[in-house]
Amino acid sequence: MHAARRVGDAELIWHAERDLGGADAIVVPGGFSYGDYLRAGAIARFSPAMESVIAFARDGGLVLGICNGFQVLCEAHLLPGALLVNANLRFTSRQVGLEVLNSGGSFTRACALDERLSIPAKHAWGRYHADPDTLAAMDRAGQIVLRYAPGENFNGSLHDIAGVCNEAGNVFGMMPHPEHAVDQLTGGSADGLKIFESMRLTVEGAVV
Amino acid sequence: MRARVLIRPKAGILDPQGVAVERALPALGFAGVGNVHIGRLIELDVEDPDQLQPMCEKLLANPLVEDYEVQLLDGSA
Repeated sequence: MHAARRVGDAELIWHAERDLGGADAIVVPGGFSYGDYLRAGAIARFSPAMESVIAFARDGGLVLGICNGFQVLCEAHLLPGALLVNANLRFTSRQVGLEVLNSGGSFTRACALDERLSIPAKHAWGRYHADPDTLAAMDRAGQIVLRYAPGENFNGSLHDIAGVCNEAGNVFGMMPHPEHAVDQLTGGSADGLKIFESMRLTVEGAVV
Repeated sequence: MRARVLIRPKAGILDPQGVAVERALPALGFAGVGNVHIGRLIELDVEDPDQLQPMCEKLLANPLVEDYEVQLLDGSA
């Protein structure tokens, strides 16, 4: 909420609600959902609010999924692939270096190409997986938006993938937490703000 | 009807739990162990067994990364 309010107005939508309140963009946040008892995000994906988010995304609305939110978007098939248990089986919390591979998209337009961001990650189920054909198609289409910098891929993600978007570019998921990197003092950097700033630019561009 | 669903990581996808167990067994003196894979077992009563496959596709398994196998158990199981 704090991060989103840095670039605009923000309101919480409870998972049992269906009304998205006319929002310009949706953030599906991190934090565990429904206990993640079956697979991370597998049950949350069927919540009433998510049904509305899926419809919003299909209509071209901007949707950002962070950490558990990324897992939920994959389970909802709004994003390709899946997130598996970290290769080392450990919950890991650390600052990670990320490289921006696509700076033209709706969620990274405030970044430079190949810019390096420093953002905290904290998860146990963040190993990105998709089949080879899907990965090749995503690569060609510029859907691999964020990659762990060399030596930073602590969870074993294929192709060092940290964040991906859908084919249309209006849905984006990332495992690290940009909302926890909006203040230099507490977030290790303010690089995460660039993701929210990009969304603001995209929304304003769409309105004009 | 009682049913059992076996869910396994798809072949070729790194299964770190299986790897951890595979490494632990020789340390306990169990030699000649390989290809350890760890999945999930779900047992449930269903009125309509035809619903099992859509249940697996939609919720019980993630077909992108997991294979599933449905077994129908008779009443004595």
